Amino acid sequence: MSALHIKKGATKHSAYNLRPSFSDVQERHTIAVLVENEPGVLARVIGLFSGRGYNIESLTVAEVDHTGHLSRITIVTTGTPQVIEQIKAQLGRIVSVHEVHDLTVEGASVERELAMLKVVGDGEKRVEALRLADIFRANVVDSTLSSFVFEITGAPEKIDAFADLMRPLGLSEIARTGIAALMRGD
Amino acid sequence: MLVQALKDQGVDTVFGYPGGAVLPIYDEIFQQNDVRHVLVRHEQGAVHAAEGYARSTGKPGVVLVTSGPGATNAVTGLTDALMDSIPIVVFTGQVPTFMIGSDAFQEADTVGITRPCTKHNWLVKDTNTLSGVIHEAFHVATSGRPGPVLVDIPKDVQFATGTYTKPSPTASHYQPRVKGDLEEITELVAAMEKAKRPVFYTGGGVINSGPAASQLLRELVDATGFPITSTLMGLGAYPASGKNWLGMLGMHGLYEANLAMHDCDLLINIGARFDDRITGRIDAFSPKSTKAHIDIDPSSINKVIKTDIPIVGDVAHVLEDMLKVWKSRGRKTNAEAVAKWHMKINDWRKVDCLAFTAGDKTIKPQQALARLEALTKGRDRYITTEVGQHQMWAAQYLTFEDPNRWMTSGGLGTMGYGFPASIGVQMAHPESLVINVAGEASWLMNMQEMGTAVQYRLPVKQFILNNERLGMVRQWQELLHGERYSHSWSEALPDFVKLAEAFGAKGIICKDPADLDDAIMEMIDHDGPVIFDCLVEKHENCFPMIPSGKAHNEMLLGEAETQGVIQAGGAVLV
Ligand SMILES: Cc1cc2nc3c(=O)[nH]c(=O)nc-3n(C[C@H](O)[C@H](O)[C@H](O)COP(=O)(O)OP(=O)(O)OC[C@H]3O[C@@H](n4cnc5c(N)ncnc54)[C@H](O)[C@@H]3O)c2cc1C
Ligand SMILES: Cc1ncc(C[n+]2csc(CCOP(=O)(O)OP(=O)(O)O)c2C)c(N)n1
Repeated sequence: MSALHIKKGATKHSAYNLRPSFSDVQERHTIAVLVENEPGVLARVIGLFSGRGYNIESLTVAEVDHTGHLSRITIVTTGTPQVIEQIKAQLGRIVSVHEVHDLTVEGASVERELAMLKVVGDGEKRVEALRLADIFRANVVDSTLSSFVFEITGAPEKIDAFADLMRPLGLSEIARTGIAALMRGD
Repeated sequence: MLVQALKDQGVDTVFGYPGGAVLPIYDEIFQQNDVRHVLVRHEQGAVHAAEGYARSTGKPGVVLVTSGPGATNAVTGLTDALMDSIPIVVFTGQVPTFMIGSDAFQEADTVGITRPCTKHNWLVKDTNTLSGVIHEAFHVATSGRPGPVLVDIPKDVQFATGTYTKPSPTASHYQPRVKGDLEEITELVAAMEKAKRPVFYTGGGVINSGPAASQLLRELVDATGFPITSTLMGLGAYPASGKNWLGMLGMHGLYEANLAMHDCDLLINIGARFDDRITGRIDAFSPKSTKAHIDIDPSSINKVIKTDIPIVGDVAHVLEDMLKVWKSRGRKTNAEAVAKWHMKINDWRKVDCLAFTAGDKTIKPQQALARLEALTKGRDRYITTEVGQHQMWAAQYLTFEDPNRWMTSGGLGTMGYGFPASIGVQMAHPESLVINVAGEASWLMNMQEMGTAVQYRLPVKQFILNNERLGMVRQWQELLHGERYSHSWSEALPDFVKLAEAFGAKGIICKDPADLDDAIMEMIDHDGPVIFDCLVEKHENCFPMIPSGKAHNEMLLGEAETQGVIQAGGAVLV
């Protein structure tokens, strides 16, 4: 027996996973990040999320300012308010990051995503698919006698709904761009 | 071009190791005398040496290594520097641009591998951009929260000629904010005027900020009379002899420091990051206090502990403004309450948590350090450490009057850090007494650097507290794993005296407490590198200790019967 009062081998406590208990509410935020358009910049951002265990629901990136060499990354993420704050602060630390904006808190914003869906089928199903596409304002960008490729733009939920309807009608492939978002107004 | 850029950045020393992919740069180095190159014996050693150089001078440390294995060997040092916010610039050679991606000889995706362990890194593909990138690398490493950066230079880019640009401080978009928000600062000052039980909790950020920050901190602490504690990384920013000094806090911090943190009503964090070694159980951390946090990195604020008064800025800038505001508002404090607070702290101090009984047959590690302290105090002294119990005892029993005198691996806890770091410190301060307080196991991790110490006649003192155990691991196994000492023995140890002699250095062995003082003096007086093999008590535990997952007021004080402070039978949960 040792002279210590704590029971030997009694505690399973580890110093390494002591997370504070701030709020537990999970929030969904859309974050816009303006970055230097240089090799590896996307790896830096993605590495930050995987390395620190943050979620990525959607991520899009493209150059938006050719002369200024700037790209815009739009990330949709979920986490507790404290985690969201950390994500923004951690993004801000990356040397190639110029600006970080939380579109969810900085004011009203619009979010859009583009998707292409291939639907394979014939007869009644084919007609039904076309009818639904019309209701959803999806465009036909390719067609054969047994298939369509639809293009649809909208909020992610609208695309989810459209895909759900297409599934029994022969949905065979889907490609989505991820979310692009801008603040409303000037 | 690289050497020219280094000169323009004021670099005088480079720690490195050559190889095929950096031969053109080594050729340049050969043909000049302004930049000294120190040939280490392992690339990890180069990075730790650069860290020691950087931490002891406040200037960035510079490293040059080859591609592939040279670069991968540097990874531990880079991660260490990232965790401890040490400014380092590492140059790696790379295979020529036209061979990148072909699994060429000694090719590694260096920027990919080091992306998560550098503050930033660059692969230079065009010689015309090389000098600009190098200047930017120094700027990024030293601005804001300092850290390691890496520049990967393919061999064809080294050979090619290009245009050189001089450094220009405004060229970079990376300009972190250094001035704190005046409103927040005023809010903090107002809280300080009213506080009954305030405490300053300071950290490595004060050292990072530079000597002016330490100076301002001293002024503020002495003017307000508030007690002050510091993390492992911030030791020396406020002098250990200062009357408001509480000693280090945290897992192995002092009783009075931790209880002051627990009971305070105003906690002022200056350049520290609420590390888990400090907070212990988060929901029981300093439950009664308003918390202010001064940090240059917004991500440090609210990362772990909710902050009431966040101030983003550089310590020196913020302290200067704080002092101005506090003075202009009439230099007020709640002096009566603060005096009472000091009385309470003095009661805790009486527990004398660092008391130990010196051995008469075997040397206690605490005793070895207390004697080292007594015999070297007041000298122009720099201390580095390895990682383990000895590191904590060094932090407890050695005292620091000035910043930049204490170099230790805190965040990553890298065994093998201390010896190369001592080499880097000695390079920067050739006339000073540089001592690496080591454990035998840690020391062996980079012992090849004996070659470097001897080659460059660096009189570094390797003070090894040899318990023939991986002591810190053994202590955790004793406390948490039912005394099952799984692989925590240092078996097959070398004869350290012979080892020293084999390298052409001096070895001293000491096992009798009666010989300790003479042996230490012999070590100090020897003009050259020394390995001091101090055989100490094998199963000594390091106290005080807050077991992980516990709160500050649940500290273990030690095998108390030997101290007679608390009732016989053991450690006390206060
Ligand atoms: C075996 C072992 C045991 C340990 N036990 C303890 C222990 O008991 N007590 C203890 O204290 N530590 C202990 N440590 C060390 C611990 O792990 C951490 O490394 C240490 O506590 C962190 O110190 P810090 O908070 O001062 O932060 P640092 O890592 O030094 O970080 C500095 C902070 O200051 C900020 N900063 C940097 N520059 C500036 C500037 N110019 N202006 C403003 N802010 C700036 C940074 O953003 C950062 O947030 C131990 C380590 C080991 C290996
Ligand atoms: C590179 C590395 N590997 C493993 C560890 C885990 N570790 C922490 S302390 C320690 C034992 C250190 O033993 P020693 O250097 O003899 O010092 P002591 O604790 O006995 O003073 C170990 C293995 C570490 N910190 N670093």
